Amino acid sequence: MNTFTSKIVFLIGLVALLFISNVQATEFNLVQVDKSSLSFVFKQMNVPVEGVVKSFNSQISFDPAKPTLAKAEMEIPVSSIDAGSDEANDSVVSKLWFNAKVFPVVRFVSTSIKPLGNNRFEVAGKMSIKGRTLDAKTTGTFHPEGSNGVFEGSFSLNRGDYGIGEGSWADFGTVANEVQIKFRLVASAAGKK
Amino acid sequence: MEHSANYTRTAIALHWLIAIAIVGTFGVGFYMHDLPLTPFKLQIYSWHKWAGVTIFLLVLFRLVWRFTHRPPGPPVGMPAWQHVAAEFAHRLIYVLMIAIPLSGWLMSSAKGFQTVYFGVLPLPDLLAKNKELGNILSVVHTALNFTLAGLVVGHAGAAIKHHFVDRDDVLARMLPFIRKF
Repeated sequence: MNTFTSKIVFLIGLVALLFISNVQATEFNLVQVDKSSLSFVFKQMNVPVEGVVKSFNSQISFDPAKPTLAKAEMEIPVSSIDAGSDEANDSVVSKLWFNAKVFPVVRFVSTSIKPLGNNRFEVAGKMSIKGRTLDAKTTGTFHPEGSNGVFEGSFSLNRGDYGIGEGSWADFGTVANEVQIKFRLVASAAGKK
Repeated sequence: MEHSANYTRTAIALHWLIAIAIVGTFGVGFYMHDLPLTPFKLQIYSWHKWAGVTIFLLVLFRLVWRFTHRPPGPPVGMPAWQHVAAEFAHRLIYVLMIAIPLSGWLMSSAKGFQTVYFGVLPLPDLLAKNKELGNILSVVHTALNFTLAGLVVGHAGAAIKHHFVDRDDVLARMLPFIRKF
């Protein structure tokens, strides 16, 4: 390799390095709700029933280069929870389930984000449902998709911990305690730092 | 093919087992359809579905038995039109005994609730969730059930008429213990 070629190679390398570091400095902070989804599965009489959250608000700030500084917040109006049937949806907002009149919003606020390697992250935070705030944890993955960043993951939540389903519903024989929650959040980089 | 003189014990047992199961499951279905949402409602719906699947399987077995074991023919001297009517009614009852559980299974899928037999064995959803289709199938399931109920009343009425008016053995051959009377 002559000196000229090696200089070119060096320059290309430098440009590539700058480009990569520039990409890594991108902070994904604008959640695109229409491209994102939040769904859940619960079991009644051992029958898996799927539900979706029709609308929610979420704020994320995630810089792949500085994941530990990332933050995530989510607010879900109880009225946007679709538990699979009209009958179930009437129950969701009722006093025994989410008591939406008194507690209209489900909220999650992250407290720490830990990289697990391989684009996997552990997100710990506080989940507030029906007046109770408890520690919650989920693992998720991050991958870029075009100019967007996609966060995907799932975790389980025990409805009993938050008093979701009281009275005759408190028994887990018909409606199971465990609810599987799946999320896919798509965020764009609205403002670069 | 030659008619046999009597029903087999298996045919008699299947007839009465399925009859009792259908009357019970029909009653449960009628009772449960407008219950408010409680854990009991979820339970009774599951029980109804498990009963329906069981009846469906019993009817399949019964059809196989029927095709391999010829039932006795009509009593001597019975008018031809009655024979045709009985033949038609019996065939329709078999069709409904298959169609009713099927319509219930399809309705359940369309309404977004998979059928899990005895809470253990998930049956495949042949239809995707579709609210309008679920409502249509609910009407179909109900209509088929009331058609069957009408036929069953006619079927039982005809059997009683054979026993007390015609004084033949049509009822007794399916209910052997009444021969003594």
